[in-house]
Amino acid sequence: MRKFSISPPVAAILLAIVLFLLSGFLPNGYGSDINVAIAQATNIVRLAVFLGVIAAGQTLVIISGFEGIDLSAGSVVTLTAILTYVTVKGEDDKVLLALLISLVVGALIGFVNGLGITFLKISPFVMTLGMSGVVTGLIIIINHGNVSGKVAPIMTRLIARPLSPDIPIPNAIIIWIIFGFLMWLLLERSTFGKHLFAIGVNRVTAKLSGVNVTATNLAVYTLAGALAGFGGFLVVGNTGVVFIALGQPFLFPSIAAVAVGGTLLSGGKGSYWGTMAGAIVLTLITSLLTTMQMPDSVRRMVLGATLLVMISIYGRQRGFRQ
Amino acid sequence: MKRFSWDEMMNRYPAFFAIILLVVALTINFILQPNMFARDTLNSNMRVFLPIILLSVGQAIVILGGGIDISVGGIVSIVNTILATQVGLNGSPEKMWTFVFVSIGAGILAGAINGFFIAFLRLQPIITTYATSFLYVGFALFILPNPGGGIPAEIANVYRNTTPLGLPLAFYVIGVVLLVWMYIRSTRYGNYLYAVGGNAEAAYETAVPVTWVLFSTYVASGFMSALAGIAITMLSGSGNAEIGVPMTLTSITAVVIGGTALSGGVGGVAGPVVGAITLGIIQNIISFSRIDTWWETFVKASIIVVALAAPGIINLLRRKKV
Repeated sequence: MRKFSISPPVAAILLAIVLFLLSGFLPNGYGSDINVAIAQATNIVRLAVFLGVIAAGQTLVIISGFEGIDLSAGSVVTLTAILTYVTVKGEDDKVLLALLISLVVGALIGFVNGLGITFLKISPFVMTLGMSGVVTGLIIIINHGNVSGKVAPIMTRLIARPLSPDIPIPNAIIIWIIFGFLMWLLLERSTFGKHLFAIGVNRVTAKLSGVNVTATNLAVYTLAGALAGFGGFLVVGNTGVVFIALGQPFLFPSIAAVAVGGTLLSGGKGSYWGTMAGAIVLTLITSLLTTMQMPDSVRRMVLGATLLVMISIYGRQRGFRQ
Repeated sequence: MKRFSWDEMMNRYPAFFAIILLVVALTINFILQPNMFARDTLNSNMRVFLPIILLSVGQAIVILGGGIDISVGGIVSIVNTILATQVGLNGSPEKMWTFVFVSIGAGILAGAINGFFIAFLRLQPIITTYATSFLYVGFALFILPNPGGGIPAEIANVYRNTTPLGLPLAFYVIGVVLLVWMYIRSTRYGNYLYAVGGNAEAAYETAVPVTWVLFSTYVASGFMSALAGIAITMLSGSGNAEIGVPMTLTSITAVVIGGTALSGGVGGVAGPVVGAITLGIIQNIISFSRIDTWWETFVKASIIVVALAAPGIINLLRRKKV
């Protein structure tokens, strides 16, 4: 007899749908108006895009195993958002340059993380935590209290607005779908993806079967940094303003989104679809609690409890007796 | 006579590097602040360091057992808000004693909740304690939504200004903690703890009660977090539900600088105590060296990264020579 099991991404999406349907009954929910309901659902997915992209790098480092985690993602987001903001200065033709700067700066920071982790054998948790402090320091120096800049109209057009007046799908969601497809190619259809899962499962066997563990590991952290940099570029395109604490609130939710999506925090198993589902669930819960006008204390407690319940359902590790 | 061997020192005494670092930091601090060993200066430093030291000890026990506790700051916040609201600025010493015990009970309960989910339900420590940290900080905000309240100044002064035999109170507290740890280390439980942290599967095979040992580490961490909460409340004299939040990551950094590996089973509690003091001294040095305020965060974080990287760099250089 087959044991009943449900894959985490599916469970997360089901949970999101149930929660969303229930939220219609709230006093200030969408009620019986189907158009309002669709608009609300679209908006929640649009908000989830930013968390989802930032959590992409997190997914990669977590799959790579060996306690892989990137605690510098939040501060990289802030840094590249600020760099984009001051580079673009409201001009459309500087947008590509700003995107390039965001990716390169993110990748550089990720590369330094990777160097520390692979060559100096510093645990990823503390290496990226320390790096997060250094990047925050850099932000304070660059920022010097205030920055002057502006996002370009084309960024707002491409990130914050819908596809066209007739098709009310926000561009951000379309970007995310393409991004998700690329991540799937990377994880499931590329040699890099194969090596990534291999080192996540067992580094010794990976090495024996010819995987260059050090290079793969270094590449993972570099890529994760670049993806966080891309996240910063997107976030500033959406908000249009920058501040020192812009990226930090994305950090732990990015890890939670990965965990909720069923990627094992111990590495070797996971998917980006799961992370996308996790990002939607977390964004949904947060925005529901906000619309319910709960005090901050209750909001945090409900978020913590939901997270505990979700990981209790399918985040359990193998018992010793098995 | 045996030749001095760096490798052997590092292997046998994981805190060896931490002590070198502490001596260097102390020397620099002493040059910048010649009166730092005077009774009052020493006391005013140590009373600031003590909460983080106590927190790092609890964190070290969890990490030795192969876990991590992101919720320690939340427990500190709960204890702080309980004391600040229930004792009050005009409370009697009896009331203070009562709620000190209540606080310790709350800390142990919070630790037991973590332990239940991690040891019995086999959830991943990092994401579980992240979820409970929301529960705990949310609960602290529920008790005290806005900063305020406090404990009587006379009671706070007992903590701030007691210097038996001319030595800071913190020295005695640290002494007791280390003695208790040395005793625990020598018991069968101490061996179990290292066995579980080193290789939980193997420990289970050799009939070590793995589940209970894991559970106990989180209870110990909850207890130490409560002590840290009491200490920081007596230091500040006031209540603030967010007071513990920044302390969590500092405690983890202190443990790692103290030579206790995040992978578990290696190190001890004395190292993290040294690590916590070193982090405090680094902060001192930065305040005294009069560097530009904008650069402070960057310099501090860079020093910490270099300190984390140094053992690895030394190993790399040594391997090249051979």
